[in-house]
Amino acid sequence: MADAALWLLSLLDSTIRLAAPLVLAALAGLYSERAGVIDIGLEGKMLAAAFAAAATAAVTGSAWLGLLAGIAASCLLAGVHGFACISQKGNQVVSGMAINTIALGLTAVLASAWFAMGGRTPSLEGAARFGEVTLPLAGTLSGVPVLGPIYADLISGHTLLVYVAVAMVPLTAWVVYRTRFGLRLRAVGENPAAVDTAGISVPALRYRAVLVTGVLCGIAGAYLSTAQGAAFQENMTAGKGFLALAALILGKWRPWPTLAACLLFAAADALQTRLQGVPVPGIGEVPVQLIEALPYIVTVVLLAGFVGRAVPPRALGLPYVKDR
Amino acid sequence: MAGVAAGTGEEIPGWATALLMPALNVLLALAVSALVILAIGENPVEALRVMLVGALGSGGGIGYTLYYATSLIFTGLAVAIAFHGGLFNIGAEGQAYLGGLGVALVCLSLGGWPWYLALPVTIAAAALFGAAWAAIPGYLQAYRGSHVVITTIMFNFIASALMVYLLVNVLIAPGQMSPETREFDPSLFLPTMQEMLAAIGLEIAGSPLNLSFLLALAACALVWLLVWHTRWGFALRTVGANEDAARYGGIDPKRMIVVTMLLSGALAGLLGINEIQGVQHRLILNFPAGMGFTGIAVALMGRAHPAGIIPAAILFGVLIQGGSELAFEYPTISPDLVVVIQGVVILFAGALEHMFRPAIARMFRPARGRRVEVA
Repeated sequence: MADAALWLLSLLDSTIRLAAPLVLAALAGLYSERAGVIDIGLEGKMLAAAFAAAATAAVTGSAWLGLLAGIAASCLLAGVHGFACISQKGNQVVSGMAINTIALGLTAVLASAWFAMGGRTPSLEGAARFGEVTLPLAGTLSGVPVLGPIYADLISGHTLLVYVAVAMVPLTAWVVYRTRFGLRLRAVGENPAAVDTAGISVPALRYRAVLVTGVLCGIAGAYLSTAQGAAFQENMTAGKGFLALAALILGKWRPWPTLAACLLFAAADALQTRLQGVPVPGIGEVPVQLIEALPYIVTVVLLAGFVGRAVPPRALGLPYVKDR
Repeated sequence: MAGVAAGTGEEIPGWATALLMPALNVLLALAVSALVILAIGENPVEALRVMLVGALGSGGGIGYTLYYATSLIFTGLAVAIAFHGGLFNIGAEGQAYLGGLGVALVCLSLGGWPWYLALPVTIAAAALFGAAWAAIPGYLQAYRGSHVVITTIMFNFIASALMVYLLVNVLIAPGQMSPETREFDPSLFLPTMQEMLAAIGLEIAGSPLNLSFLLALAACALVWLLVWHTRWGFALRTVGANEDAARYGGIDPKRMIVVTMLLSGALAGLLGINEIQGVQHRLILNFPAGMGFTGIAVALMGRAHPAGIIPAAILFGVLIQGGSELAFEYPTISPDLVVVIQGVVILFAGALEHMFRPAIARMFRPARGRRVEVA
C-alpha cells in the first residue's frame, strides 16, 4: 500500500515536471491562435529559447540572464512570424514551418561552433540553473499523514518556472475572459473586421498577441535547458511544441481544458517510462510506442469530430485585408 | 492556401516569376548562411568553394548530390501536387517512412526475384503504403473539415512511433541488437548508376546514385502531364485556385482533395525505392532523415512545377553533399547549416513571397510602358 502510494506520488511528481513546458507552450499558442494567427512554430521558438538560455547561462553563470536571453530569442522569431503573417499577409503555416526549420538548424550550428561539444552546451551548475524551491514548512509538515507527503514532495520542491507555469493558467483565463485586451484578442480572432470598425488596429493587436506567445515560448524553452535539464542538446524539444499545439486543440483553445490536456499528455509520458517492459495486469505488456503515439491519435480523433468537436477561432489563419 | 501555388502574377511577366524569384531566394539564402558562417568566425567565400568542390568537383561528389536530389524530387513533387489542390502536406516525411515499409515488406517476401521483376511490385507497394498514410488526413480534411496541416503533423509522429514498434518488436532480424530487418536478397538490389553505365562502357566513380534517379525523372514527366495536360489536372488546379468556382463547374472538391492527398502520399512513398531498395537494402530507423521536410523547400523554390523542382532538388542535393564535405574540412561548421538554408528558403519563397513582388513589378512597369495607377 505504502509502495503504491509512493509510486503514485512519484508518477504525479514527474507529470508536473513534464507538464510545465507543455502548459507554457500551449498557453503561448493560445494567445496567438485566439488572435487569429496560426502558430505551428511553437516548437522552433522553444528550441531557440532553450539554446539561448543554456548558452547565456553557461557563459554568464546566471540562470536569470539565460531566461532573458531565451525570451529574447523566442520573441525575435515571434517577430519574424508576425512580420510574415500580419504585415506581409503571408501563409501562416509556411511561416511557422520556416521558423521551426531555421531554429532547428541554427541552434545546432551555433551550439557546435561556439562550444565544440558536438551540439551540446556545457553542463550548468549552481546559479546557472533554476534550483528547486522548497516551499515554507515543507520539512515540518512532511510528517503529517497523506497531506504531508503530498505537500512536501508533490507541491513543494519544483523549480520556480513550474510555479510560473501553474500561475499562468488562471492568469491567462483572467486576461482572455476578463480584461479589455482579452475581449479584443478574442474578437480579432473571430471577426477582425468588427474590431477594425470599432477603431482598434487589427495588426497592433495581433502583433501584441504574437509577442506574448514569444515570451511564453521563451520561458518554456528556458525551462527545458536550465531548469528541467542542465544543458542544451540538439533538437531537445523533440516534438514538445507540436504536443503543446495538440493540447491546445484538445483543450479547444481555452485555458483550463488546455491545462487538463497538457496534464493528460504529461501523465502518459511519465507512465510510458515506468511501463517499459512491465506487464499491466489483465492487459499484458503495453507497447511504449502506443503510449507515445496516444496524444497524437487522440488529437486526430478529436479533430475528426467523432468525439466532441474542436472549433477553432473563426478567423484563424486568415490574413486581415482592410479593404478590397 | 492561395499564394502558395505558383502564378498569381501582378504586372510581372511569367519568365521573371519563374526565374527571378527563385534566384532572389537563392541569393538571400546564401547571404544568410554567409552571415552565419561569419558569426562562427570562418570565411564564407572559402566555405562556399569547399561546398561546391565537395558536391560537384568529383564524380563521387556529383553521384551523392544526385542521390540526395532523387529523394528530394519525390518529396518535392509530393508537396507540389498537394499545393496545386490548395493543400499543404507536411506529412511527406511520415508517408515516405511508410513507403519504405511497403518496399521492405515486398523485398523480404520476394527473396530470389530479379530486381527488374520485383521493381513494379515494390513501386506499387511504396506508392500504396505512402498513399494509405495520406488517406486519413485527406479524408478528414475533405469530409470532416479537420485541417490537413495539423493531421499530417500528427501522422508524422504516429508513423515514427509505429515504425519504432515494428522494427523493435516485429521486423527485427533474429539474433541482432540494432532495430533493422535482415538484408534483402542481393538479386533485389537496384543497379547503381556505376553498374548501369559500366554496362554501356562508361566508367564513373562509385556512389549511392542508382536507377531510382531515372524513376524520379519519369515521375516528374508524369506529374507534368497529369497536372497540366489532363482534364483531371485542370480540375485539380481549379479546386486549388477557387473551390467555389470548381463546385460551380461541376467538380466535386471533396473527392479531389482525397485523390490529391493519395497521389501526394504515393509520390512521397516512392522515396522508399531510392533509400531502401536502392541504397540501404534493409529497413532501418529514420531513413527519410528529414527529406520529407526538405521537400517543402524544394517545392516552394521550384514553384511547384517539375521544371523547377528538378533544379531545386539538385540545388539542395548540392547543399546536403557540400555541407557534409564542409563539416569534414571545418569541424566548427556543422552540416546542419543546410537546415538553416532550407528554413530561410521556406521563409522567403513561401511565407514572404509577396515581399519582393511589388519591387520586381515596379522594375518591369516602365519597361513595358504601363501606367496603371489604380489603388
